[in-house]
Amino acid sequence: MGRVKNKVAFITGAARGQGRSHALRLAEEGADIIALDICMQLASARYDLATSEDLADTGKAVEAVGRRVITLEVDVRDEQLLADVFRQGVAEIGPVDIVIANAGAALFAVDQPHEAWQDTIDINLTGVFNTIETAVPSMIERGQGGAIVLTSSTAGLRGILGPSPGSLAYVASKHGLVGLMRSYANNLAAHSIRVNSAHPTGVETPMIATPSIEAFLKANPQLVPHITNAMPVDLISPRDVSNAVLYLVSDEGRYVTGTMLSVDAGFSNKN
Amino acid sequence: MTARVKGKVAFVTGAARGQGRAHAVRLAAEGADIIAIDLCGPIGTVPYALASEADLKETARQVEAFGRKIVASQADVRDYSALEAAVSQGVTKLGRLDIAVANAGILSAAPTDALPEQSWQDMIDVNLTGVYHAAKAAIPHIRAGGEGGSIVLTSSALGIRAMPNLPHYVAAKTGVIGLMRAMALELAADKIRVNTVNPSIADTLMVQNEAVHRLFVPHIENPTREQAAEVFATLNPMPTPWVDAEDVANAVLFLVSDEARFVTGLEVKIDAGFCLA
Repeated sequence: MGRVKNKVAFITGAARGQGRSHALRLAEEGADIIALDICMQLASARYDLATSEDLADTGKAVEAVGRRVITLEVDVRDEQLLADVFRQGVAEIGPVDIVIANAGAALFAVDQPHEAWQDTIDINLTGVFNTIETAVPSMIERGQGGAIVLTSSTAGLRGILGPSPGSLAYVASKHGLVGLMRSYANNLAAHSIRVNSAHPTGVETPMIATPSIEAFLKANPQLVPHITNAMPVDLISPRDVSNAVLYLVSDEGRYVTGTMLSVDAGFSNKN
Repeated sequence: MTARVKGKVAFVTGAARGQGRAHAVRLAAEGADIIAIDLCGPIGTVPYALASEADLKETARQVEAFGRKIVASQADVRDYSALEAAVSQGVTKLGRLDIAVANAGILSAAPTDALPEQSWQDMIDVNLTGVYHAAKAAIPHIRAGGEGGSIVLTSSALGIRAMPNLPHYVAAKTGVIGLMRAMALELAADKIRVNTVNPSIADTLMVQNEAVHRLFVPHIENPTREQAAEVFATLNPMPTPWVDAEDVANAVLFLVSDEARFVTGLEVKIDAGFCLA
């Protein structure tokens, strides 16, 4: 316990899934949390997005391990609102040491709408850019370094999801995060702000373990051999990703920057 | 606090000092027993003093100070039979094997066309074949435990980005990455994970010696550690001349613990951004 003691982590997409898991894992190790989520349905999504209740539950889980938390509902596509809630979060919890740019959407589905491409790019790529741009000036100004993790994917390393617009947008956005990560890592290294990306294989979350994804894979069986892990596991748990995030943002990773950390059961080495 | 590798047994090569000692001690601090080997002797083409028996004893003392057991012996990673015997003896005494850290390595320097044949051969023998030997000796014991396991091969940032005057080192450390990838595929079904650690310049005696200082600071006759630090710092985007052995040990600890139970097939950089620069 205490591997990120008294640090403050700013986490997007924190209402459930990987984001909630990161909030809880970092809180277990002593961090206070500014937890964001959109908490609203997206017209182009074919699965249920998180709700206000989900985000409130994340807050309760953090408090249950004895750490402070503020939960804020915001769309990462909205730069202005993001800046407002960031200020609110910092005022309540304290200056940010850790940023987990995690909010993301998977809009590949059998009946995906035309907006699947643009919404995916806006949320998964521009949303991460907005998140980092929002937090970084305060981290530089404070001069105490810090750590940023971008949630990419095995789809950020391999072109695996087929030809649909939502698939292409998912793969392109997650690949784009690698470019962002490398640039920020270079640009922020002199400030001892470290920037890395996490690349999970399929995770047991409401975004992936959902009927619309199941139907999508059933309709595209040719994709399945290319999304199989090397290790004997179908879906990893959010906590597996959180443990990697914890390593990256803790002082144990104090010289780790510019890395793509896969948590993928051997997926990228195999496919 | 729950120890992160409690009850596991780890085999570490090159354990007498430097990164190997840091790995042994860090894993012991988190609850592992240790099988440690080191050559504890010279290699003709290596231009700095290698570890001694006293160094290996000091590693043992530090492991035991955490209340953990250690079976330490002298063995040459170039000699597979000796390595196999050392691992088997350790497993007999400690009961099992979960972790292998194939860390033993050497450094020498010369441009490709001036590199003595023996320098090439010793480098490949120790830094590549020696890593293969260590992993090969460990696999049957880890597999026999039936609970999976984790193997870490010590590569280098120079396995990802080359530098001049170290062609044999770059080739060996790049080869280690290929070995890791093949082993990761072979062993995935047994839940035995295989990854590399890729440190940039680490603050150990393999780097902090006259020969290496001369290589990196050719414009000064007898460069001091401080003068070398100024040059080393220019290699890293982060404001540090080097990483500590303990930083690499923290990466190893993450990789071999159950926190990384689905992490395999990776190059894990601890390089202050060296590979980005």
